[in-house]
Amino acid sequence: MEKRNARQTREIVVPGDVLDGSGMKPGENAYVFDGKVRASVMGVRNVFQNTVGVIPLRGCYMPASGDTVIGIIVDIGPSNWLVDIGAPYPAPLHVNEVPWKVEFGDTSRYLSMGQVVLLKVLSVDESKKINVTMKDSGLRRLEGGRLVKISHSKVSRIIGKSGSMISMLKNMTDCRITVGQNGMIWIDGDDRNADVAAQAVKMIEAKAQASNLTDRVREFIESELPREEDEYEEEED
Amino acid sequence: MSGHTDMVLVDENGMRIDGRTAEEHRHIKVEAGVLHNADGSAYVEIGKNKVLAAVYGPRECHPRHLQNPTKAIVQCKYNMEAYSVSDRKRPGPDRRSVEISKLISEALEKVVLTELYPRASIDVYIEILQANAGTRCAGLTAASVALADAGIPMRDIVPAIAAGKADGHVLLDLNKEEDNYGQADVPVAIIPSTDEIVLLQMDGNMTRQEFDRAIELAVGACHEVYDLQKDALKRRYSKTSQESE
Repeated sequence: MEKRNARQTREIVVPGDVLDGSGMKPGENAYVFDGKVRASVMGVRNVFQNTVGVIPLRGCYMPASGDTVIGIIVDIGPSNWLVDIGAPYPAPLHVNEVPWKVEFGDTSRYLSMGQVVLLKVLSVDESKKINVTMKDSGLRRLEGGRLVKISHSKVSRIIGKSGSMISMLKNMTDCRITVGQNGMIWIDGDDRNADVAAQAVKMIEAKAQASNLTDRVREFIESELPREEDEYEEEED
Repeated sequence: MSGHTDMVLVDENGMRIDGRTAEEHRHIKVEAGVLHNADGSAYVEIGKNKVLAAVYGPRECHPRHLQNPTKAIVQCKYNMEAYSVSDRKRPGPDRRSVEISKLISEALEKVVLTELYPRASIDVYIEILQANAGTRCAGLTAASVALADAGIPMRDIVPAIAAGKADGHVLLDLNKEEDNYGQADVPVAIIPSTDEIVLLQMDGNMTRQEFDRAIELAVGACHEVYDLQKDALKRRYSKTSQESE
């Protein structure tokens, strides 16, 4: 995301900590009391223009409209599916929001329990009722491959600065990787490569606080997948 | 409060049976993030009290009829282990633990920004592994650290500690003997940024002056507990980032 300037001051704050007492506006996860901006979650203090907020270290995923998420079908109704997208609320997927023509009661023929789907959040209202859709380019059932779950607050780290981390992962492991904003990551590829990609993702999650992460992940993948040899062999052929 | 003893709880030098002065609390240890499968967790020791707290959620509220369409509810379960006291405690909820659960969830609801999660429930489980007077305060102290560790938005962290009266002296943080043979026990929990009181009970008798002194002691000590809580949370993250450096 755009809040890269959090890097300079990596100060950890806890709820109730004073972030600023000199007239800055509260940003995300901050509130004003008695003229002072205070943190409302545990996280890293983040100054952005004239606001001061907190980038959370943990916490559950709250869907926002426009998010691309990966979900698991957990229940099937006659005219909708219930999808678990890792939010505190269930996300119903209505038959009108899928790219197929589904007859009433025929829902289980298209998506069955436990299937993994790539969705987009259409809307979230103030009572946190979620609507999701599968009618957009690229949205589909995810078949084959594996699902890795990480904390949603680490998703921006997986993607990296303008996609540097994710494109490196894809190139080096030769896997198809789809990242949902909710922290679910789908990896498809050759068994060995997908293993390494999944381990790399877990490593990024565990070491999200570390600097130079892209280089370290590159080193890790290089040590796990000695790629040069394969290429030489191909050349010899 | 009820029993009688020949034990001298406070001697002529103002020393208590465990060697503390009247204004001193027991040794407090706070640790955040001790359980892997919980969304947030904390372990607290206050003297011989050992308390584990786990937080799950916000998640869908079950049973449905408890849901509040405008805000989240905080459901708390305080449970004493059968082996937590010297006589085996009969397991399961009893009148006392239901009361303490209600008290703690109401104290926590005051600080959690519940309006961010309508219809949801935030579940707090407090397990008393070892009890030695003051478990409700230890439980609340642990629960609020666990909530912050779970990344739940809240105004502040809640520290809690008890004050009381034994042998005619106003004392801070009563231990088992002082609680059993003393004259009063006053658990207090506050919101440190505003000094609002979110939990206050009194068991026993005190004069108004003694009560004011007890509150003064407890509020002062709450701020000390608060620093330990904040320190525990920050330590958890400085530790994980050091490991990865």
